[in-house]
Amino acid sequence: MPDSATLRLDAATPLFNGPNWDYAGLRRVHDAVERIALEELGLDVYPVQIEVITSEQMLDAYASVGLPLMYRHWSFGKRFAYHETLYRKGLQGLAYEIVINSNPCICYIMEENSMTMQTLVIAHAAFGHNHFFKNNYLFRQWTDAHGILDYLSFARDYVQKCEERHGTEAVERVLDAAHALKDHGVNRYAHRTKPNLAEERRRAEEWRAHAEATYNDLWRTVPGAGKDKEDQDTAEARLQEIKRELGLPEENLLYLIEKRAPRLEDWQRELVRIVRLISQYFYPQKQTQMMNEGCATFVHYEIMRRLHDKGLITEGSMLEFLHSHSSVVFQPEFDDPRFSGLNPYALGFAMMSDIRRICEEPTDEDREWFPDIAGSGDGYGVLRHAWANYRDESFVLQYLSPEIIRRFRLFHVSDDSTKPALRVEAIHDDFGYRKIRSALSRQYDLSRREPDIQVVDVDLRGDRCLILAHYVHDGVLLEEKSCRAVIRHAATLWGYSVKLLEIDAATDKTLKTYEVAPPG
Amino acid sequence: MNIVDRRPNPKGKSLSNRQRFLARARAEVKSAVQEALRKRKVADVDHGEKVAIPTRGIAEPIFHHNRRTGRTEHVVPGNKEYVRGDEIPRPTGGEGRGGSQGSPDGSGEDAFEFTLSKEEFLDMFFEDLELPDLVKKSLKETFAVDLQRAGYTVTGSPANLSVRRTMRNSMARRISLKRPKQWELEALREAIEDARARGAEEEVERLLRELDRLEHRSKIIPYIDPLDVRYNRFERVPRPNTEAVMFCLMDVSGSMTEAMKDLAKRFFMLLHVFLIRRYRHVDIVFIRHTSTAEEVDEETFFYSRETGGTVVSTALEKMLEIARARYPTDRWNIYAAQASDGDNYGADSGRCVTLLGGEVLPLCQYFAYVEVGDGMGGSLTGLSRDSDLWRAYSEVAPAHPHFVMRRVSDPSQIFSVFHELFAKGGVRA
Repeated sequence: MPDSATLRLDAATPLFNGPNWDYAGLRRVHDAVERIALEELGLDVYPVQIEVITSEQMLDAYASVGLPLMYRHWSFGKRFAYHETLYRKGLQGLAYEIVINSNPCICYIMEENSMTMQTLVIAHAAFGHNHFFKNNYLFRQWTDAHGILDYLSFARDYVQKCEERHGTEAVERVLDAAHALKDHGVNRYAHRTKPNLAEERRRAEEWRAHAEATYNDLWRTVPGAGKDKEDQDTAEARLQEIKRELGLPEENLLYLIEKRAPRLEDWQRELVRIVRLISQYFYPQKQTQMMNEGCATFVHYEIMRRLHDKGLITEGSMLEFLHSHSSVVFQPEFDDPRFSGLNPYALGFAMMSDIRRICEEPTDEDREWFPDIAGSGDGYGVLRHAWANYRDESFVLQYLSPEIIRRFRLFHVSDDSTKPALRVEAIHDDFGYRKIRSALSRQYDLSRREPDIQVVDVDLRGDRCLILAHYVHDGVLLEEKSCRAVIRHAATLWGYSVKLLEIDAATDKTLKTYEVAPPG
Repeated sequence: MNIVDRRPNPKGKSLSNRQRFLARARAEVKSAVQEALRKRKVADVDHGEKVAIPTRGIAEPIFHHNRRTGRTEHVVPGNKEYVRGDEIPRPTGGEGRGGSQGSPDGSGEDAFEFTLSKEEFLDMFFEDLELPDLVKKSLKETFAVDLQRAGYTVTGSPANLSVRRTMRNSMARRISLKRPKQWELEALREAIEDARARGAEEEVERLLRELDRLEHRSKIIPYIDPLDVRYNRFERVPRPNTEAVMFCLMDVSGSMTEAMKDLAKRFFMLLHVFLIRRYRHVDIVFIRHTSTAEEVDEETFFYSRETGGTVVSTALEKMLEIARARYPTDRWNIYAAQASDGDNYGADSGRCVTLLGGEVLPLCQYFAYVEVGDGMGGSLTGLSRDSDLWRAYSEVAPAHPHFVMRRVSDPSQIFSVFHELFAKGGVRA
């Protein structure tokens, strides 16, 4: 190591002793962690802002989906009550930290944490997650880390103003409905423009000011313009034209509603937009959870190990860290009562460590499976590349090695509802590795996990009915009760009836139809 | 790097969200609260409550797949014995291996459990209940009167003299009018003596004139002038009574079983908690009676056993005696609840009616008579045969809307009876 001389000087004095933290200690730890992260791991991060909070504030943050500010809505109260109960009963511990994808990167740490935990948290969140946020292509493409905090504060104020003007109930009705559709309020593929949230906010305010300035009550009294008297043919052509203008089919339901819903008022459109943009902000996180946690866990592990090697943390702290680390990356097996799916920390950490191993100490199997990286020697470089350019689905497809499949003893089960039993399709053997890898990758594919729903038509000549289609893959239908409830919400926003067809994607046959008339 | 300490930030950021949530879930929470009440001891009613409510009204639906349809695939860890082609019986229920997908949105929850604070619980609990007859009292009866400070006045009784304010005015006036101070006069006198001793006649003459002038001035500018005097002013503010006393009357004769006493106790406890929420201060008087009545403490009231006959009027007399001695009606709102199994010494019922109608009820804001049954179906026997006391009280009831009587034979009825008695919009006796 080039700078081992200076570090060895430090080595005699650990950064801290004992469990209690103080601000000077946090600063020392941050600086030491930063040096390792930037110089040795080559990370590239946003500036860090560490905020110390109490457990109660942590619960608050949980309630508002981890964001430091949020508009008011009863569902956040529900979430608060839920987490609070679990926490008070001791069923659920609180996270040690929450990190916000913003610039500067805000990292909440709890006052209860011991100094070792604070070190871990700084390494994990302030550098691991932070690097991921700043570099991963999905975040770069979809989120505006500079503007998010301003936008949230705008959203909160806007919702509050709407409540004052139009009443809490009216606002709640719109938000409830928009929340029900929020998973279908994201742009998945096309990328209209890079979001600029500061611009957003200015736009909304200008629009309102303009509407107020140019408001003239006279217009209300003018009788409607003469109806079109086109003949049948041109009407048909016009209809096609309109459909094209509407951009159908459209998978971003909230976008279409915001732009085209015939009966929404401007403030209601703005509320829908707020929900849509915040949903969009979270979309990359949903797609990269395993990688994101894997990256952060790998980074904190590396940093803690190096701090220990340099003598900057004591043996006691290291043991405390290892205890906590091993419970974080614990993966219960499928028949364990604690099992609740693959632990993103466990799989992520295992895959990251495995990639480094492949680069640095490859086996013959690795050379066969990963000819381009095996033995390249630059583990961190390969990892940084992966963190920047993949999401969970593609990452698994690219990097899940037989070694990991064996270690987790992954197996692939298919569940056909028409058959009485589940069938094991593949296990960790030569025949199964690739099958398991692609099946697991599909399992992480958000577009398969979430129902594929699109707006296919708007009956503009008739009753303005909005027609949605759910493309059914492998015969998996929508859950009926919640589906009906969501369509009701959609009808609230659309203002006319909403129809949902379940269409088999393979055969184009309509399997099931729902129709809901707007309330009132 | 910045470190910010957010701990001092205002607490309860989620409070308004919580309130919205509660308002939303009100109907569910209310029925859950009543359900909870049936199960728990009434003595605990004053604490918070954990309620589990169905997610109906607070559901946040989203589109999601129905896991029971079509073909799905899972990759799960921890294979021990399976090989390719093995069949695994489908796990039943939501638990077990089938949960490999979990429910990322929490949509699987079927009941939602959380804890209400004490305040929230009681709010829900008493939501549509109101104290009866408060309006009547505020219109008809004399208010207690409070004196409230209302600044200063130039007239008043000497007892209300505001020395501080008076002296302040006096000092201001003395300074502005340049009233000579005592030490100035003293100094002048000394100077005169001095001058005399030196034999400077002319100066003595001048100083004497000066002294004369100052003494005159000090006489015409008084130390305290009637203009200075200020009195504290008080306004008489009518104050609604905020103190209440609750009389608990119970028959503890041999015919009252433990179960009946428990019923009575529940009713009393409810009433107590209810009153506490409405009044700043609530006194409770426990009166038990057999053939004689006595005032006892709570423990004795509920738990000690007595045997003997039953003369209800003794309890009413005792209550009157205590009320007259300690709880004048201009200061106290008087509530009474009587619990009995309805037995009474035959000839006494008439006296009870006279006492109740003539003397007790005019004092009371509210008088509830609860007849407790033995759980063998009070309504059955009750329909066929009214008890002595019930029949007697029935005569009084029509003339006095603030007197109500109810039968209870099972703990689960307590709340509904209580609710009926205090439902907003008046008592339907």
